[in-house]
Amino acid sequence: MIGIEHYVVVSSILFVLGVLGIFLNRKNVIIILMAIELILLSVNLNLVAFSAYLHDLVGQIFAMFVLTVAAGEAAIGLAILVIYFRGRGTIAVDDVNRMKG
Amino acid sequence: MIQAFAFYLFATLMIASGAITILARNPVHSVLWLILAFFNAAGLMVLCGAEFIAMLLIIVYVGAVAVLFLFVVMMLDIDFAELRAGFINNFPLGFVLAVVLLSELVLGVGAYRAGALKLGTADGTAAPSQAISNTEAIGALLYTRYLFLFEAAGIILLVAMIGAIVLTHRQRSGVRGQNIAKQVARRPEDATFNVQPEVGKGVQL
Repeated sequence: MIGIEHYVVVSSILFVLGVLGIFLNRKNVIIILMAIELILLSVNLNLVAFSAYLHDLVGQIFAMFVLTVAAGEAAIGLAILVIYFRGRGTIAVDDVNRMKG
Repeated sequence: MIQAFAFYLFATLMIASGAITILARNPVHSVLWLILAFFNAAGLMVLCGAEFIAMLLIIVYVGAVAVLFLFVVMMLDIDFAELRAGFINNFPLGFVLAVVLLSELVLGVGAYRAGALKLGTADGTAAPSQAISNTEAIGALLYTRYLFLFEAAGIILLVAMIGAIVLTHRQRSGVRGQNIAKQVARRPEDATFNVQPEVGKGVQL
């Protein structure tokens, strides 16, 4: 019998995979953005599973807002990536220290 | 029985394709595996009765976000082999961190099974009615109680769209574009004139 625990375990494994992806591909910002998408996907899965578990639709509404913000974030992130590439000719993000922040 | 089979199929495929997404050598392959992960996550959502969010996930992610990723990956001319240089060096630290995080999460689930904290239950004001479909119930909730949040989400999307256009737009020099105002302001008497050329001579243009 599939319960809420199965969904929680699956989405936490996906979350950890996303965090691992950020750590493994520290130079490649495209893969980092994809790993962030994986993390947001696992959060959405969790929200939807708990929404079904608690018989409360607010979880699904909130998942929709997370989806909206994720789409906006991907668009802005990729736009920043494109102008960064135009200026530097590379997308290696481990030497983004021009502003010495 | 069939539910358990479908759950394990979707979950296994989703985790496997998520792993290949972060491990693949070629970012184009990464995007394609990411799409597979999204499809399987949509399957998991359909399994627990949230078909509207599942379809939204496919439309928004596979239709828009993944295609945007593919577009950017293919548009930029990047040496991906050079970007993978630190992969082996980063592996131990990242792996330790991932194991710690996963064990924390599993610990949380285990503690929940041992007896959940009493944080109160859902108040049931947003409980779905049994008679209507999932999409209908979400619409009824979204356009009444969460109307302003819904409009705020629309504004977020608008700002993101304008921001992306403003960021990537560039003024190119040496482009012969159309100047509409100049064209409209042009009068026939400025543009045409009559000449009486002499025989054997050309016309000054």
